[in-house]
Amino acid sequence: MTQPKDFGFDDDAAMLRDTARKFLADHLPTDKLHRLVAANSDPYRTPACDWDQNLWRQIVALGWTTVAVPEADGGMGMKLAALAGLAEEVGRAALPSPFIATALATLVLRECGGEPARKLLGEIATGRAATLATTPRSGAWEIDACAVRLEGGKLQGSAWFVQDARKADVLIVKAASADGIALCAVPVNSAGVDIVPDAIIDLTRDQAHVQFDNVAVAPGQVLAAPGKGAAALAAAEPALLTIIAADMCGAAEWLLQTTAEYARLREQFGHQIGYFQAVKHPLVNLMIALDQAKSLVYNAACAVDSEPERAPAYARMAKAAAADVAAYASNRAIQFHGGIGFTWECAVHLYTKRQKHNQMFYGDGSYQRAKLAELLMGAVGSGAAVGYSSP
Amino acid sequence: MSEERSRDTPEQAEFRSHCRAWLTANPLPDAPVRLPQSAIEIMHTAQLDYLREWQRLAYAAGLIGCDYPVAEGGGGRKDCQIVANQEMQRAGRPFLPNILGLGMAAPTIHLHGTQTVRETLLPRLFSCADIWCQGFSEPGAGSDLANVQTFAERRGERWVINGHKVWTSLAHFADWMILLARSDRTNKYEGMTYFVVPIKAELGRAVTVRPLIKITGETGFNEVFFDGLEIPDDYRVGAVGQGWQVAQTTLLHERGAGPMVTPSSGRGGDPDRQIADAYGLIDLARTSPRAGKTAADDPVLRDRIMQLIIRQEGSRQGARRARVPALCEHPQRIPLQAKLVMSEIRQDACALAMEIQGAASSFAFSDANAPDGGEWALGYMNSYGVTIAAGTNEIQRNILGERVLGLAKSK
Ligand SMILES: Cc1cc2nc3c(=O)[nH]c(=O)nc-3n(C[C@H](O)[C@H](O)[C@H](O)COP(=O)(O)OP(=O)(O)OC[C@H]3O[C@@H](n4cnc5c(N)ncnc54)[C@H](O)[C@@H]3O)c2cc1C
Repeated sequence: MTQPKDFGFDDDAAMLRDTARKFLADHLPTDKLHRLVAANSDPYRTPACDWDQNLWRQIVALGWTTVAVPEADGGMGMKLAALAGLAEEVGRAALPSPFIATALATLVLRECGGEPARKLLGEIATGRAATLATTPRSGAWEIDACAVRLEGGKLQGSAWFVQDARKADVLIVKAASADGIALCAVPVNSAGVDIVPDAIIDLTRDQAHVQFDNVAVAPGQVLAAPGKGAAALAAAEPALLTIIAADMCGAAEWLLQTTAEYARLREQFGHQIGYFQAVKHPLVNLMIALDQAKSLVYNAACAVDSEPERAPAYARMAKAAAADVAAYASNRAIQFHGGIGFTWECAVHLYTKRQKHNQMFYGDGSYQRAKLAELLMGAVGSGAAVGYSSP
Repeated sequence: MSEERSRDTPEQAEFRSHCRAWLTANPLPDAPVRLPQSAIEIMHTAQLDYLREWQRLAYAAGLIGCDYPVAEGGGGRKDCQIVANQEMQRAGRPFLPNILGLGMAAPTIHLHGTQTVRETLLPRLFSCADIWCQGFSEPGAGSDLANVQTFAERRGERWVINGHKVWTSLAHFADWMILLARSDRTNKYEGMTYFVVPIKAELGRAVTVRPLIKITGETGFNEVFFDGLEIPDDYRVGAVGQGWQVAQTTLLHERGAGPMVTPSSGRGGDPDRQIADAYGLIDLARTSPRAGKTAADDPVLRDRIMQLIIRQEGSRQGARRARVPALCEHPQRIPLQAKLVMSEIRQDACALAMEIQGAASSFAFSDANAPDGGEWALGYMNSYGVTIAAGTNEIQRNILGERVLGLAKSK
């Protein structure tokens, strides 16, 4: 298969993205975001979950949660590039919402097939928020790492690093059983489910660990039967990495433009600080790295749709590049804002924290590159085992 | 169906078939001598004659100058040069030798030259009957190009040129030069005028060319001295005093960001040992011993190879994204990065290749023991040509910061 030249980012995708950009600029300008999530600066504050539920209802009405849901299940069934475009805008606005968590859940559900998954996709299209509960306490992203057991129709164990758990209506739980990995849909208010909020650095989301104590799973809740879950997760993984990377690219663009603006305004030694090459050149380096990451995001999104055999490698590239640029953008943004950049009042830290979170989420740059090297070069010690031609 | 072909316009599709058919029916004989890695390192007439014949044939077949008007010796087509480039590269053809002519002189002459100059000189440029060079830099005018002092004095309908150009690639073979000269000493930016001037015809008279030797030992660039060279006013390109504006057209194309697509064909070097890109580092690592295993088993080197592949793929996909306006924040943002990014990836890939080769990287390409024909080490040395030439990468960063991010001018 070959890829379309425009990455599948068609006129509809552009319109959706442009509308989203304007909507978020109008409804969640940076000062409003700051009031929403940073009202309390106490380092010992109880874990917060600050978001605008009214805004979320409008987002659902705008159809964002239907974009990745197949048409047959009541969604718009758009290309992944369209969802990447939305994720970029969500990152640019640092939007606190269950949008990304629900998008990731949607991408996993699409790979499950079967009635329960399709039913849930239809519900997501009409506004039900979902999140993945697939990671153990160790933070291992590998699919076989799992601390929830499914036995006799009951879930027992814990899932960690559950994103936006307090905004979600339903958890997509990865559970190990004698027959392999299964995926189950568990409403957050089910008996035996205990959502324990974590105190986290990022102010633009919430995170929790979830205890499952003898939680009953009816047949209609089994999204992927034991033994089928791992394949569904593996198939979805390139798309998950791509969407997280898109969020980081959007946030990095905000950091770049905000810092460039500051470098045009702030004067020292009789010059705008952007005059000094110790400021100018790193901002250009940031722009170049960001452009590479963004190009890799759309390439990966396009590969998921039209060249799936290449998607695992391309998605690793996108996530690696975006993770590194997320870190670099934040680093230079704080530094070039000087003292003001170190204050709670300045919005840069909101983005820096979101970027740090996403950088590590599903694996940072060096993690992705190690996985990419396995794909392109074979495992360490495999000698001249695999043949790989440049794409 | 290929990626390109699936989105061709009807004209491009028809033209692509023509290119493929011609390239298949007309294989190129092997080069009689080792070719340099790029056109600006051509040393010998044996190298030049072979490459020149290749360009002549490609032009005769319509693969060069495709998008220029027929009256200027072009193909009169629309958006077809890119197709010809893809097909010449796919066919593994070597680079075209008249690179400064095709890449810089032709678009500038086409956009600003007089009708006589356009119609008489461009066909000969495309066919490689005439080789071109670029006379911009001077000892005192490198990054600060607007400081050129080579002087053009007007005498009625003629001009008289005196001065000293340096780093002039291909001047040792050149028939013609694009020249940026000062015509008014009282005005820095508005005091320059742009010309085309004959070189070969005036050698030993008003023009002297002295070769310079590069760090690789190769020649390819030169000093050029003008001692009262007289030219007609018809050789002026653009208005008197507008040389700086005309030069911007040249520079934009030199950096791959201009409106005309430059004909380009492929690579040089040893045809059996292509070091075309960062993916080549994988095979190199598999065959390079390191600490009792291979370099491909070293996690640090694996990570660094992946970093380069990611940058290279990112810039490759960037070229694709630059053609999707809906995904670009600023129309010049990616095009203006092209030469900077390409040259640094190349430099870093070659440097990493030498580390992977370890002790064996010490062999020069002239030594039969050199891994991959010594092309990586030679490529490393030559990579500085590209990070310095065409406006140094520091200057590129200034341009990007100022034009795209709106930061205050450093100068
Ligand atoms: C292989 C090769 C081929 C060439 N071919 C041609 C040719 O065919 N025709 C032609 O006209 N020229 C040619 N050149 C010349 C080339 O354009 C100049 O070398 C280049 O513009 C730099 O000028 P310079 O050498 O005087 O260096 P300088 O301008 O003296 O620069 C020295 C160092 O200072 C840095 N620097 C200078 N100004 C600034 C600034 N404002 N901000 C930050 N850093 C700065 C530079 O980046 C560089 O690192 C060629 C050069 C090379 C290496």
